[in-house]
Amino acid sequence: MITLQNIEKVYRTSTIETLALNNINLSVEKGEFLSIMGPSGCGKSTLLNVMGLLDEPSKGDVKIDGKRASGLPDKELSRFRNEKLGFVFQSYHLINDLPVLDNVELPLLYRKISGSERRKLAIEALEKVGLSNRMKHYPSQLSGGQRQRVAIARAIIGKPAIILADEPTGNLDSTMGNEIMDILMNLNKNEGTTIVMVTHDENMSKKTDRLVRLFDGSQVM
Amino acid sequence: MLKNYFKITIAVLKRRKFFTFISLFGISMTLTILVVVTAFLDHLFSAGYPEINREKSLYSMTLEQIDSKNQGQQSGPMSFSFVNKYIKSLKLPAKISLTSMVSTANMYRDNKKIRVFFKYTDAEFWEIHQFDFLEGKPYTTRDIDNNEFMVVINEDLRNKYFGNGVSCIGKTIDLDNQKFKIVGVVKGVPITRPHTSADIYLPYNTTKEDLKDPSYRGSFAAIVLAKEKNDLPKIRAEFAEIARKIPIVSQGGFNPDKINIRLDDYVESFLINLFRREDNSTFLYSLLVLIALIFMSLPAINLININTSRILERASEIGIRKAFGASSKVLVGQFVVENIFLTLIGGVIAIVFSLLIIFYINTSQIIPNSDLAINWKVLGVATIASLVFGLLSGVYPAWRMSKMHIVDALKA
Ligand SMILES: Nc1ncnc2c1ncn2[C@@H]1O[C@H](COP(=O)(O)OP(=O)(O)OP(=O)(O)O)[C@@H](O)[C@H]1O
Ligand SMILES: [Mg+2]
Repeated sequence: MITLQNIEKVYRTSTIETLALNNINLSVEKGEFLSIMGPSGCGKSTLLNVMGLLDEPSKGDVKIDGKRASGLPDKELSRFRNEKLGFVFQSYHLINDLPVLDNVELPLLYRKISGSERRKLAIEALEKVGLSNRMKHYPSQLSGGQRQRVAIARAIIGKPAIILADEPTGNLDSTMGNEIMDILMNLNKNEGTTIVMVTHDENMSKKTDRLVRLFDGSQVM
Repeated sequence: MLKNYFKITIAVLKRRKFFTFISLFGISMTLTILVVVTAFLDHLFSAGYPEINREKSLYSMTLEQIDSKNQGQQSGPMSFSFVNKYIKSLKLPAKISLTSMVSTANMYRDNKKIRVFFKYTDAEFWEIHQFDFLEGKPYTTRDIDNNEFMVVINEDLRNKYFGNGVSCIGKTIDLDNQKFKIVGVVKGVPITRPHTSADIYLPYNTTKEDLKDPSYRGSFAAIVLAKEKNDLPKIRAEFAEIARKIPIVSQGGFNPDKINIRLDDYVESFLINLFRREDNSTFLYSLLVLIALIFMSLPAINLININTSRILERASEIGIRKAFGASSKVLVGQFVVENIFLTLIGGVIAIVFSLLIIFYINTSQIIPNSDLAINWKVLGVATIASLVFGLLSGVYPAWRMSKMHIVDALKA
């Protein structure tokens, strides 16, 4: 599904050079639920961003469904992200100016889908995360757990093959965190969605099919 | 997609009331200045009361005599006999009128001083221009031949001198120790139309200038009316031929070797007055265009500035949209539409502001008798300017934003 080959990511600032990812080779299989763990600053987010085509590696290849992503023109990269990938971030990243329903519809705006169809799918997605009673709310009127559920609804509305989640439960208490985890596990089991999740929580990672550990930019397990 | 852009725009504008207010304020102020300036330029340069024949008219305002050996130069209006001999002899025009430069004098009424502007004209002056006569009529060639001391005055002077709306036909006024009989009252002309603006119009026979004086310089200028606009080049050519044959004469120790005199269209004559440059009109036109461009680029830069900060402030939204599949092109589209929409709203507000300002200019006496208006031309300029500015000021920030890396945008 996703293959990373010899991935290196270097951040250069005027004073220092950080090797955030060092020779990563990894492949994520279809239908797999993979978790990534490691100490803060070890490169987990960087790895996820490279996988999700949000960031370009300094070296190495990212292949999605066997297709090389580096060097693709902006238009095709966008379509890739739009059709194949769904993101869930630790800090939700909802558009605060738009109500919940519009936030969830967002990925479909960039497809050829009618307004009414979009609406229908958004309501369905919100139902899946148990938030269909909050459609007209603005993100600022929701709790953290609710916001993350909106973010998940947004990530799944386009039925992407892969969901990339960067510490989706990082800002939530354990009850809320477990609810979110249940939703993700359901998606993986029932819909066959491939999921890659960064987490700090051993208990969460235990529920996943496979664990990848990072240390200082290198894969240690 | 467009419908969505609008929806997003309205949602964003509504949610960020303060920011929207600031942006709209900046945009509408900028466009207001633009609309008022356009209205003013339109007022200056488009045919307006009473000079409705401007498009078909040519003007000869100055005669230039050059002594290239001693680098001497004299330029100014012409004598009555010069205009009569060399300009009135044109065959092609429909009508040729001669008027003096405007002069000032003081009049007294009930011990109150009234400062007046007056000019001498011929009878053709009243035929070339379309004055509104509130009462009476203009003086005629017959009146001039009979050496009648008649005048036409404007409404302002009548109201000041005789009282508001009091009929004054047949009454007399004193000007420069001479008595004149009033034969007509016209609606006032704004001072921005110097060819026709005056408080008192007198027939040239009443001037103290010696009309038979053969020397070239005096206080007169000429306005030539063509039968149709297409005739203008032919008339210019005819005149150039005449001008070539004007004998060069020395006078009072000044020995010119060259004479410059031309027929200009309205804008040329206006600009020559303004800048005192007389060589070629392309230079003048390019100067005008350049000034207009510089003037318009200021608000454009201002708008780009407003919009750049408005858009870059939404970096995280940009990052989110990109992460979920918006291409740079689509985002540029969204922000450009948003900008044009905002600028158009600003344009509507600007027109309301402009109407207020123009109403103020017209009713207060900042420019006496001014008749600035927002007509279709001004409205068209305002609309096009709004669209162009909306586009220009949207494309640059949108382009900058589309260059932004997703990860950086998300962190912002
Ligand atoms: N834009 C950047 N410029 C420079 N250095 C960066 C940049 N982004 C990340 N880094 C560096 O790269 C390394 C990896 O960062 P990354 O965000 O991937 O860590 P992480 O494992 O996600 O940490 P956390 O668990 O705290 O989220 C860190 O040392 C970080 O300082
Ligand atoms: Mg991280």
